[in-house]
Amino acid sequence: MSDRFFVASRKGLFDFRKSNGGWRAGAPAFLGEPVTAVLADRRDGAIYAALNLGHFGPKLHRSDDDGATWTELAPPAFPTTDDNKGAPSVELIWTIVPGGEKEPGALWAGTIPGALWRSNDRGESWRLIDSLWNRPEREGWFGGGYDNPGVHSVLVDPRDAAKITLGISCGGVWKSDDSGETWRLTGKGLRSDYTPPEQAEELNNQDPHRLVQCAAAPDTVWCQHHNGVFLSQDGGETFEEFRGIKPAVFGFAVAVDPADWKTAYLVPGVKDECRVPVDGKLVVNKTTDGGKSWTPMSNGLPDEESYDLIYRHALDIDDAGERLVMGSTTGNLWVSENAGERWAPVSAHLPPIAAVSFA
Amino acid sequence: MAQIAFTDNLQRHVACPPRSVDGATVRDVLNAVFAEYPALRSYIVDDQRRLRKHVNIFINDALITDRLTLSDAVAPDDRVFVFQALSGG
Repeated sequence: MSDRFFVASRKGLFDFRKSNGGWRAGAPAFLGEPVTAVLADRRDGAIYAALNLGHFGPKLHRSDDDGATWTELAPPAFPTTDDNKGAPSVELIWTIVPGGEKEPGALWAGTIPGALWRSNDRGESWRLIDSLWNRPEREGWFGGGYDNPGVHSVLVDPRDAAKITLGISCGGVWKSDDSGETWRLTGKGLRSDYTPPEQAEELNNQDPHRLVQCAAAPDTVWCQHHNGVFLSQDGGETFEEFRGIKPAVFGFAVAVDPADWKTAYLVPGVKDECRVPVDGKLVVNKTTDGGKSWTPMSNGLPDEESYDLIYRHALDIDDAGERLVMGSTTGNLWVSENAGERWAPVSAHLPPIAAVSFA
Repeated sequence: MAQIAFTDNLQRHVACPPRSVDGATVRDVLNAVFAEYPALRSYIVDDQRRLRKHVNIFINDALITDRLTLSDAVAPDDRVFVFQALSGG
């Protein structure tokens, strides 16, 4: 099990480690600054932190000494154009993920506006993936929560790192089989109800809030979508929907057991403008049968009315599939040591949490 | 030469000491500083070299008007101030 995780919060990056049976964080890095994404790269031990400075824009830092010191890197940036009115600028680095095991130093980043970026030198420089950015379908994407669309999920197939699957809000699911040289819009079976009825199955309009892939069965992709819960068994080409999940099918986060695709976790909430736990009761929904049945787990979660929202990157599961960590917009942080059976509060006083990630 | 100074709130992120630089426009003055402190650029302007939304620049006591291309004229004895707008929480 992993004895360390990071919490990217509205006011800094917290490094939690387990010692003497408890989880403790030292002084946060980047105190006072919004941290939007964090990656602990197991290939070389580097830690990456993306910031979104309120006044001074998105920034990227890397630590090569386990978080003791940080080096600022040039963040992904769009090419400068002569007629700059209306031309794009990176607003938020939403996710950073490692490339393949055999691609040391290779990273992918997803941003708002909706673009994918590649670094081959540990984040020192970034290349816009033009082949996606220049797709005409991009004009049909729109923002979901943010003003502009964004790439929040980048799945790299552990069997073949050239196979990439993206989740874009709101721009659907996209796949590449050639390291991003070419792309195709996939996701048949996803369904939107925020568009005219005849557009409900339009692939390019879909809002997959989060995609996760089972490490042991990479063709299995779970999707917490704006409209519900979906599962793909063919790597994100097509999806089936699970309707009627109680207490709600709405949510942002989803996690899957790395060894067992049938075991997955969701955090349901009241849809759209409300976005709080149903009846004020925070639960984690768990399936162990591939989505046929779901059990709301609440042991250790607040008994009193709660207004915690779990963002799409704020639920993570460790490699063993036993330990989970979950952080909320209210600044609550919980850990489960037994696959969601029981949750223990680690802190109730953190800043709003954007992302959590096991080291 | 124009004098340019940056808000203290920026100093904690990136080196940006006060400078005396040549330049006929805000853009020229900033570019002269960026040549010396390349990491500073992305803090002041976005990918398209527009002034970031929550950054303000004054020439003496007047807010600049061209945030898009930073063409406001700077005279040799002007003082240029780079501030952050008030926002956040």
